[in-house]
Amino acid sequence: MSDTAKPLGDAEIDDKSKRDFLFTTTGTVAAVGAAAAAWPFIHQMNPAADTLALSSTEVDLGPIEEGQSITVVWRGKPVFIRHRTSTEIKSAREDDKKVLPDNETDAERVKNPQWLIMVGVCTHLGCIPLGNKGGENKGEYGGWFCPCHGSHYDTSGRIRRGPAPTNLAIPEYTFVSDTRVKIG
Amino acid sequence: MSSNASKAFKNPVVNWIEYRLPIFSFVDNSLGSQYPTPKNLNYFWNFGSLAGITLGIMIVSGIVLAMHYTAHVDHAFDSVERIMRDVNYGWLIRYIHMNGASMFFIVIYIHMFRGLYYGSYHAPREILWMLGVLILLAMMATAFMGYVLPWGQMSFWGATVITNLFSAIPIVGDDIVTLLWGGFSVDNPTLSRFFSLHYLMPFVIVGLVVLHIWALHVHGSNNPIGIDAKTDQDTIGFHPYYTAKDLFGFGAFMTFFMFFVFFAPNFFGEPDNYIEADSLVTPAHIVPEWYFLPFYAILRAFTADFFLYAFTPISWIMSAKLAGVLAMFASILLLLGMPWLDGSKVKSSQFRPLFRMFYWLFFVNCIVLGIVGGKPAEGVWIYIGQATTTYYFAHLLFIVPLISRLERPAAPPDSISAAVTAKAKKVSLDRFNPAEPAMAPGE
Repeated sequence: MSDTAKPLGDAEIDDKSKRDFLFTTTGTVAAVGAAAAAWPFIHQMNPAADTLALSSTEVDLGPIEEGQSITVVWRGKPVFIRHRTSTEIKSAREDDKKVLPDNETDAERVKNPQWLIMVGVCTHLGCIPLGNKGGENKGEYGGWFCPCHGSHYDTSGRIRRGPAPTNLAIPEYTFVSDTRVKIG
Repeated sequence: MSSNASKAFKNPVVNWIEYRLPIFSFVDNSLGSQYPTPKNLNYFWNFGSLAGITLGIMIVSGIVLAMHYTAHVDHAFDSVERIMRDVNYGWLIRYIHMNGASMFFIVIYIHMFRGLYYGSYHAPREILWMLGVLILLAMMATAFMGYVLPWGQMSFWGATVITNLFSAIPIVGDDIVTLLWGGFSVDNPTLSRFFSLHYLMPFVIVGLVVLHIWALHVHGSNNPIGIDAKTDQDTIGFHPYYTAKDLFGFGAFMTFFMFFVFFAPNFFGEPDNYIEADSLVTPAHIVPEWYFLPFYAILRAFTADFFLYAFTPISWIMSAKLAGVLAMFASILLLLGMPWLDGSKVKSSQFRPLFRMFYWLFFVNCIVLGIVGGKPAEGVWIYIGQATTTYYFAHLLFIVPLISRLERPAAPPDSISAAVTAKAKKVSLDRFNPAEPAMAPGE
């Protein structure tokens, strides 16, 4: 600046900071505006109102014998409902003390120890584990086994071995009566 | 080139148009006699034009299929079966499109391994190479979404597994997956958006291809000996020499392509995809399409006890699942860095014996990764997958940077022309004196 023939006046320096201010504010407003305009185009991809409305399912537990499991559909996903045997409950509680990949006690995972209710979707990459039907591979811990990448779940649906990072998820549910449960 | 403006064509109509829109000289400069091309290109240089042709075949067959396809979970599977059985020549067009995807990846993988062998990514072709990697990524996204559309079991479960990869992202992972699905599982909103994007992506690829060819034409093709053309002696016009050579390659390629279309149309496919999608039954063995298998093997290699994970700082900051997902993306994105990872002054592997040896090791390693990706993750396959994954990254991150800076390559010839002439002389000498051993200069 000093090598210019005419020295700069104070007014011109003030003008520069004013221009910087205008440039920054205009840029900020434009960026916020662009983001606001982009949002509807992103948010339209999220679940629509009718998809969200498919929220709850009621299930009659009466016909499920001890040692039997059923699969019901909730929000397009399978939910496993297992009427656990006393040995299964016992082994699940015994394993509470062990160090597990995703530490949770059996009591934290059930409302009524007889009924184990969980989302039947492997927490690794979303396959459906085997073991909910008679004769299927239940894995090394007697619970469920995901054939896609070899995750083993125990009788409380906790991850014991394999690539899955967390236990099988527990959906929100309430017992409407002793033999009816409302999922969602 | 100043010749553009004054270029005169014989046909007066062409001249009239040319004066107003110089499209004829543009074509001539791009693909014609005025595009100087190294005269020593071998058949591996056919695969660029083959890729372009395959893209064209995919767009044409795809647009036609879209006229008969219904992107709804209740109708998608049946509409594809209707194309196969009822639509006139629907079976042919679908088999072309289905096998065309595999052909596209075969061509692109050869094209890329060609580039890696002859060092085509070196200066000044870095951006050309990087655009190519972006085209590969766009192709993968397109192919993945296209595979979902028939709504078979592999479509559904492939989509479920791949979209679930994003759940590995900390904090926002699950929200991103819901955003991708438009629901709480892969369902109708997922299918219809995949169809929309599957239709869009090829045109994004066309855009990238235009940039790729633009970048190519700035410095012209690399060539087997990897030294730039210096004089007119080193080049020949693209037309008629390489148009003719490409046309021959095209014929050979179409023979290969059509063999599968007519005689083994489901060779590259999975029988499970002829079972309609069922959200409550997972197939016993989910495998992606063959062209994803090496990357799938890298994804699965990262288990909690994989030494590259367990004994490195990676395990302090992320889960094995996230590490696998990042490694899979990194395996492709790392290729963007090839021009800088490889610090050699000499481009072509012909003059780099050590690099060449490791190149072939890397090539075989990629094939083994592909085999592992197609096997169930159990027994010895886990260890082979982890070893080959380790080598994949070791090659790109350590071996290439080190040997490219340590190896002393052989001296390349002075010019393309000199190399071609020397080769021609050797051929004619061998022909005239077949039994005579070559004389050493001192004798």
